[in-house]
Amino acid sequence: MALLEVRDLSVVFQRKGEAPFHAVDGVSFDVEPGQTVGLVGESGCGKSVTSLAIMGLLPKRGAKVTGSVTYDGTDLLKLSDKQMRDKRGSELGMVFQDPLSSLNPVVPIGLQVTEVLERHRGLARKEAMIEAKDLLDKVGIPDPNRRLKEYPHQLSGGMRQRALIAIALACRPKLLIADEPTTALDVTIQAQILSLMKELVQDLGTALVMITHDLGVVAGLCDEVNVLYGGKVVEKAMRHRLFAEPRHPYTHGLLASIPRLDAPRGEKLTPIKGSVADNIPWTSACAFAPRCPNALDVCRSVTPAEEDQLGRLLRCHNPVVPGTPAAEEVPV
Amino acid sequence: MLRYTIRRLVQLVGVVLVLSMLLFAWLRLLPGGPVSALLGERATPESREALTKQLGLDQPIFVQYFKFLGRAATGDFGVSTGVQPGDSALEIFLQRFPATIELSFFAILIAIAVGVPLGYLAAKRRGGWFDNLSVIGSLIGVAVPVFFLAYLLKDVASSALGLPSQGRQDAIDATRVTGFFTLDGLITGEIDATLNALEHLILPAIALATIPFAVIFRITRAAVLDVLDEDFVRTAESKGLTAPVIRRRHVLRNAMLPVVTTIGLQTGALLSGAVLTEKVFSFAGVGQALAIGFERRDYPVLLLLIIMATIVYVVVNLLVDLSYALIDPRIRTR
Repeated sequence: MALLEVRDLSVVFQRKGEAPFHAVDGVSFDVEPGQTVGLVGESGCGKSVTSLAIMGLLPKRGAKVTGSVTYDGTDLLKLSDKQMRDKRGSELGMVFQDPLSSLNPVVPIGLQVTEVLERHRGLARKEAMIEAKDLLDKVGIPDPNRRLKEYPHQLSGGMRQRALIAIALACRPKLLIADEPTTALDVTIQAQILSLMKELVQDLGTALVMITHDLGVVAGLCDEVNVLYGGKVVEKAMRHRLFAEPRHPYTHGLLASIPRLDAPRGEKLTPIKGSVADNIPWTSACAFAPRCPNALDVCRSVTPAEEDQLGRLLRCHNPVVPGTPAAEEVPV
Repeated sequence: MLRYTIRRLVQLVGVVLVLSMLLFAWLRLLPGGPVSALLGERATPESREALTKQLGLDQPIFVQYFKFLGRAATGDFGVSTGVQPGDSALEIFLQRFPATIELSFFAILIAIAVGVPLGYLAAKRRGGWFDNLSVIGSLIGVAVPVFFLAYLLKDVASSALGLPSQGRQDAIDATRVTGFFTLDGLITGEIDATLNALEHLILPAIALATIPFAVIFRITRAAVLDVLDEDFVRTAESKGLTAPVIRRRHVLRNAMLPVVTTIGLQTGALLSGAVLTEKVFSFAGVGQALAIGFERRDYPVLLLLIIMATIVYVVVNLLVDLSYALIDPRIRTR
């Protein structure tokens, strides 16, 4: 049995006097122990909301979560607030996007690490401090004794993210969710943080859900990849297969839009046309149709069903033929 | 930090000098004056002239001012002509200042003790009935005139609750040490005197607390709403911390900065509120003395009390500025 089984997860935001908004629309995926699974898509595709729903961090009012999130045999969505608090931080860890705003500016780093140890492992402050020092050491923060007493604004961006990783892994969770952990960092620091996460996840045997818009991160880290669009998984495959042979026009577009270092100078970039704002609802259409180079009439009248193609899940009426080069060039 | 504090205190000397000059002139611009206040309308011109001369008011204003400065340097702030005629202004100040400090202290204590928790709860339940109700309640708190509420408390609540509504203490045998009646009882061991003084403080302190309470409530609510949306609160939740830890360490500690600023600014409002409150409750403090002093044009007493009030205001706000550094490490290490 998988460590995490997300089945038909939907999140609907409902505000008074406004039409309900389907942020996540029937998402299903599994995470095996020790496996790294990617959730990929543009801003607004529902990937962050999915992670917050798994962690039980969505606001109680205004967000309706349905489906099931089975972790280690228990449905997290059915747990009480208190039971969920016991799981968060101990069995489920999370790393967020912006390391500066994700750390409390008026609390020393040390306390921000020890409080999770005190809460879940019942350690006294002194023991927890010793452990916190080891943790900072392990995530590669130099001079940990000094850093423990410092405040977030005294650390560099990369060090802050290392501290957040130390916090998330302090109680050795079985599942770690990382929501764009490198987006706010310099490119050189990004690589360091990614290799650190890869190393730690392997050492601890932690399963990782990596949420990102960056296919480079996926290529370096993930075993399996879920591509999300408009709150639904449009393509799911093992990483090498997805990269070698993207079938969904959206996945194809994402891969084609990566600038290549070996391309001749002056070659135009090939972005996906339009923006997420062009989304249409999935009811009786494909949400991607307005931006899709392969769109047929049927795409605008029938919701594509999810089809299993030899281990690859695909939601498309007119998938890309294997071997098609990037879509026509668009001047940027 | 020390240099900053010293610089602010030096500034304060300048503020006091300029203020004393302006006040000196302003008070003498008020129609009437101590002479007509003391002698009444039907005084003979001769007696008026004699008294004017006796009080030194016949001299040019700048001569009066420099004479005042010279005497003030030796601790002589003149003699009261209206509040307690014959007593020195300093004596009146020392008598009454502790009363107002006590009253204001308890008022701000009530305002904080009620305003901060309510503001937190309202923010936590944003849009709920508790939030709506307390926002309306705080609006009423700001809108109801202090004197109206004071009379309501004095005439209705005092008899209903059996609380005293006059003066600072019953005529009981109590030793005076500092002039702070609640403290004196603790120092001399006369606990009943302290309790009696506290009873006398309850109603006027509540009356005086309403406006600061409403302001502190609203600022706390707004500040907590801001902090609740911060990423680090979500991080704290993702760690599975208990609700009290998140509230104390992560939400309130960050929300306190604007609240502390407000508390400093409210000390000014407390002083003007004290004028009305002390009058209604016959509470022998600075506010009452100011009210009587203005009626009777008691120049020396008014001058000293207003300057002292200014000093308190500036010092409280200096303390507020210094407390920022305690709350926020980003200010401390700059």
